[in-house]
Amino acid sequence: MPAGSRRSNGMAAFRIGLQRKKSTRCLRTVRVPESLASLTGVIVEYPGRGRALGPFDLALAPGEIVALVGPSGCGKSTALRLLAGLESPTHGTVTRTPGRGETAVVFQAPTLAPWLSAGANVALPLELAGVKKQDALARATEALARVGLGSSVEARPAQLSGGMAMRASLARALVTGPKLLLLDEPFAALDEITRRALADDVLALWSATRPAIIFVTHNVEEAVYMAQRVVVMTSGPGRSGGETVVDAPLPRPAGFRTTEQFRMAAEAVSHQLAAAMSTAA
Amino acid sequence: MKNALPPLALIAVLLSIWQAACQMLSIPPYLLPAPSQIGAALLAGAAVLAQAAWRTLLMALEALAAASLFASSLALAVSLSRPLGQAIRPLAVALQVTPVVAIAPLVVIWAGVDHPGRAIVVLAAIVAFFPIFSGATRGLNAADPDLERLFDLYGATPPQRLMRLRLPSSVPFLVEGHKVAAGLAIIGAVVAEFVAGSGGAQGLAWRILEAGNRLQTDRMFAAILVLALMATALHFVFQFLETRALKWWRGR
Repeated sequence: MPAGSRRSNGMAAFRIGLQRKKSTRCLRTVRVPESLASLTGVIVEYPGRGRALGPFDLALAPGEIVALVGPSGCGKSTALRLLAGLESPTHGTVTRTPGRGETAVVFQAPTLAPWLSAGANVALPLELAGVKKQDALARATEALARVGLGSSVEARPAQLSGGMAMRASLARALVTGPKLLLLDEPFAALDEITRRALADDVLALWSATRPAIIFVTHNVEEAVYMAQRVVVMTSGPGRSGGETVVDAPLPRPAGFRTTEQFRMAAEAVSHQLAAAMSTAA
Repeated sequence: MKNALPPLALIAVLLSIWQAACQMLSIPPYLLPAPSQIGAALLAGAAVLAQAAWRTLLMALEALAAASLFASSLALAVSLSRPLGQAIRPLAVALQVTPVVAIAPLVVIWAGVDHPGRAIVVLAAIVAFFPIFSGATRGLNAADPDLERLFDLYGATPPQRLMRLRLPSSVPFLVEGHKVAAGLAIIGAVVAEFVAGSGGAQGLAWRILEAGNRLQTDRMFAAILVLALMATALHFVFQFLETRALKWWRGR
């Protein structure tokens, strides 16, 4: 190949590069909001157990609520731990803008320390960050009041019902004012009535401070009810199996569960889920 | 109190049969004294037996305290350093599986033949060491994994993790370990006193040996009875303490 043509090739590439740069900047300001946290082509492999997740992509905008739905063992919880920074991917990149103390997790079980009162449990994240005990407890009491547990500050976890313990766990997650809230099947162990009440509580709390929420669930109705975007994951290893946007105001209007829109969205998610299951089998 | 009725009734029945059998079959008292004779020996030797029981109890409790201190601090050190744990565990197991009777003569020589009390405390402490050590080691690793993740998430420092998560999580295991160790400490003290074989410590085991040598079987039975009662009482005291401690820990 003659030297001249190589140079002209280089020039062309440079020009294209410039144009690309311009266009992405344009996209970023006009259409794509800055993502708060994202997974790009992540793969997680555990030695001896093979691939648990991926390749999987997910981007989360500030204040957005996303639900991850999928069969058991599809790597939903792994994806959540990656976003929390509790685990690193084998391949791919994870970006996280929230700093320490700006990410909070609620697990499937309330995960409260049995030897501490509800108040002390909720104050724990603050105390770990160096907030004085008195101030931490005052803020914890406020957070408990926000989830309707204002009178249970002194109670031990063993004295709380399942729903109350989950609320305390939620208060502990919210007490630091997180920008990113990760919920790992938070209501799975609760009865239907309690979980519906908690779903509304989470949405009400969300509208106060607008953290981005990503939550894992097995329950299609719950996903559609709470999320602006429902991402279906296929099983073994988890990949994206489709996405459904639920374009309705948040918190949800009364009777949202009986609307045509709700039914359609739930149906779309169910179809994607069925497809995800069949690819696994 | 209702729970005490069936065992008391059973004891009464067994004692009556025993008493009747001794009288009707005219068994010689050095072979099997009747319960009435044992009772008489118990009353006659009450002061001596009480003092001996107190000695044994004191030695067992000293041993328990020493074992608690050493086992807990060693478990803590092991939990902080993985290589140290790997190094120590086989040694701890070796110490545990070697019968205390086998090491007793050695400890008696080391502690000084003139101070059998010291040797007995050391031997009982060796026996009481293992349940506390294994309980503490397990307890310090028994924190809820999700709570551990939470501590990761909030960037807890190692001292924060230890003081606010691992130590409090280990409490039920520690309490259980101490309860088991208390029972073993009594056994250890008695066995060690037998092996030490001298009257220097003046504990219950010595009273049993002494009465046995003189073929005073009724006094032997009386000493054994006191020992059994003391060990049972100690067991219930520690069970009560365990219940209270767990209630405090769990808040219910």
